[in-house]
Amino acid sequence: MSTAVIESVTPAPRRPWRQPRKVALETTILVVASVVFARFLEAATGLAGVLGLYVGFAVALPVLAIVSVVRKGRNATIDRFATSVLVVAFGVVCIPWISVISTVVRNGSRAFYSGYLTTDMLITGVDDPLNTGGLAHALVGSVLVVLIASFIAVPLGIVAAIYIVEVKGRFAGFVRFLTQAMSGVPSIVAGLFVYATIVIFFGGFSAWAGASALVVLMLPTVARTSEEVLKLVSDDLRAASYALGATQARTTFSVVLPTVFSGLITAAVLGVARVAGETAPLLLTTSYFVKTSTNLNEPIATMPIYIFSSLGIGTENSIARAWGGSLVLLAAVLILFLIARIASNRLSRK
Amino acid sequence: MSTETDVPEIRLISGVRKRTDMLFRGAMTVGALASLVILALIAGFLLFRGFQIFADFGLGFLTSSTWDSGDVNDPTTARFGIAAMLVGSVLIATIAVVVAVPFAMSAALFIEYYAPRAVRTVLTSVLDLIAAVPSVIWGIWGYSVLMPDAEGWAKTLHSWLGWFPLFDVPAPIFGRSPFIAGLLLAMMILPIVTSVAREVYGQAPRDHVDAAYALGGTRWGALRTVVIPFGRSGLVGGAMLGLGRALGETVAVFLVLNLVFDVNFKILASAGGNVASLIASRFGEASPYELKGLMAAGLVLFLVTLLVNAAATAVVKRAKVAV
Repeated sequence: MSTAVIESVTPAPRRPWRQPRKVALETTILVVASVVFARFLEAATGLAGVLGLYVGFAVALPVLAIVSVVRKGRNATIDRFATSVLVVAFGVVCIPWISVISTVVRNGSRAFYSGYLTTDMLITGVDDPLNTGGLAHALVGSVLVVLIASFIAVPLGIVAAIYIVEVKGRFAGFVRFLTQAMSGVPSIVAGLFVYATIVIFFGGFSAWAGASALVVLMLPTVARTSEEVLKLVSDDLRAASYALGATQARTTFSVVLPTVFSGLITAAVLGVARVAGETAPLLLTTSYFVKTSTNLNEPIATMPIYIFSSLGIGTENSIARAWGGSLVLLAAVLILFLIARIASNRLSRK
Repeated sequence: MSTETDVPEIRLISGVRKRTDMLFRGAMTVGALASLVILALIAGFLLFRGFQIFADFGLGFLTSSTWDSGDVNDPTTARFGIAAMLVGSVLIATIAVVVAVPFAMSAALFIEYYAPRAVRTVLTSVLDLIAAVPSVIWGIWGYSVLMPDAEGWAKTLHSWLGWFPLFDVPAPIFGRSPFIAGLLLAMMILPIVTSVAREVYGQAPRDHVDAAYALGGTRWGALRTVVIPFGRSGLVGGAMLGLGRALGETVAVFLVLNLVFDVNFKILASAGGNVASLIASRFGEASPYELKGLMAAGLVLFLVTLLVNAAATAVVKRAKVAV
């Protein structure tokens, strides 16, 4: 008889999913070297500015990436080359975004003074000094037009979503297809349509006409987002409501909709954000007016048209005003987005 | 011993819907078909207002490039044709898609497979946000920031590839060209194409990716053999959605394009066409007869974008992604 002594070996913990420190170091060296190389390239050739520097970086990174791993074989080389190309391409994608936001903020802030948001252009010409006039008229007009549009488009969009998710009617697929088709309607066509109907029938440009055109563009966004939101409600909740003897109408209005209320807010806000900056349809429906006005039957000023028409004048001060309007509009869209995001976060916590 | 409790009334369970429900379902159906009504009204009214143009010019409206409102008092002197505008629209939208797709693909792969989780969440929100930047802001940026730079790029492109007919120019003026409009549109459609691509790439079967790693593949190897082939049809659908957007975009293109009523394939030349911009630019001073022409042009644009979007939806649906 022999006894075997079993030695127990505790393997040291390994974390194969973690990047070894060496790789991180190599990456850092690679990026730093590329930046240095780009700097030289910028100095040596005619490339100039941040963009020129980036071009140099975009050339240097893949090249240095190949050089750094070529000794490790073909697959590793291709992998690192592909990675560096993806990184460079992603950077190219981000450049316009950064540029748009930074230019709007930089140029837009020039037009600001204490009364910019509270004065209109009734007694000020677009070319007058930048410490006179403002965009109160456009702000009021935009809010009015978008509010009217929301009062029509939000209920309609939610109804379409209820039809698809709750009623599950015979045309559910068809309705979804239609909303998708509608989201592709060019904005100028929506404007032209309202011009061909409402403007011609009622004899003139008005806030009503502008709002109608925006409804066409807003409806698909609201419908699609609400549909996604309603799908989040669990069927248990519906079944429980039916078991208590509730009708489908009662279930929808007292159980399903309150459950996802904040999600529906998200849908509405996204719809508003979608149309707040629409220019083309408003050119054909609301026209422009320099006075702060709440008369819905007359031409009314809106933010996009304020920007567009100021830009069209083409003098230094008018272009500065256009940038100022862009800044306000961009900030409004950003705030709307934050609201939508907060509302949808609240929904997902439930 | 027994205690008395409230026993609810006995309730009949039946499969027959109550009257309130019938009413509710009926009302929702009617409301949901609003989109059908609106789409039908758009097509109907544009056809109604523009019908005379189609009757007067027939197919010539699509094949001729003359846009002349003629004598105001004598509509018979007017000549309308949108061939140049239609070709221009397609040309610019094609440039936009060709430029945008490779970048959208790279960005989507980067966001989905390279970026850390926290960064990924942020980037997804940023994509949605950028997609909501109004076109007039892209327009003012394109006009004052992009165009001066892009003119230089166009010059470089011309000096290297000028022998190729596409990059030839009749006169050395490079501003307000289809090339610049296409670049601007590419940037505008990038968010939507990227977010569709990201969504499809994110749905690539995880176990296939893991299998590729297990076989000793590199990250790029896994992407090339599993993820990219899996997302191909979704990417095509996203590109077509972008194409639809690009075809219908108005203000941004209007600001960076010189409208010329001649069919022109020289993309660097300062002359291009665009149906939407035509409507925006001629609308203000159009005579009643010219307005009909614009309505007809709008109808053509509407039908083209509807077709492109329907095709895109079908393709994306096949890729099983909710757009």
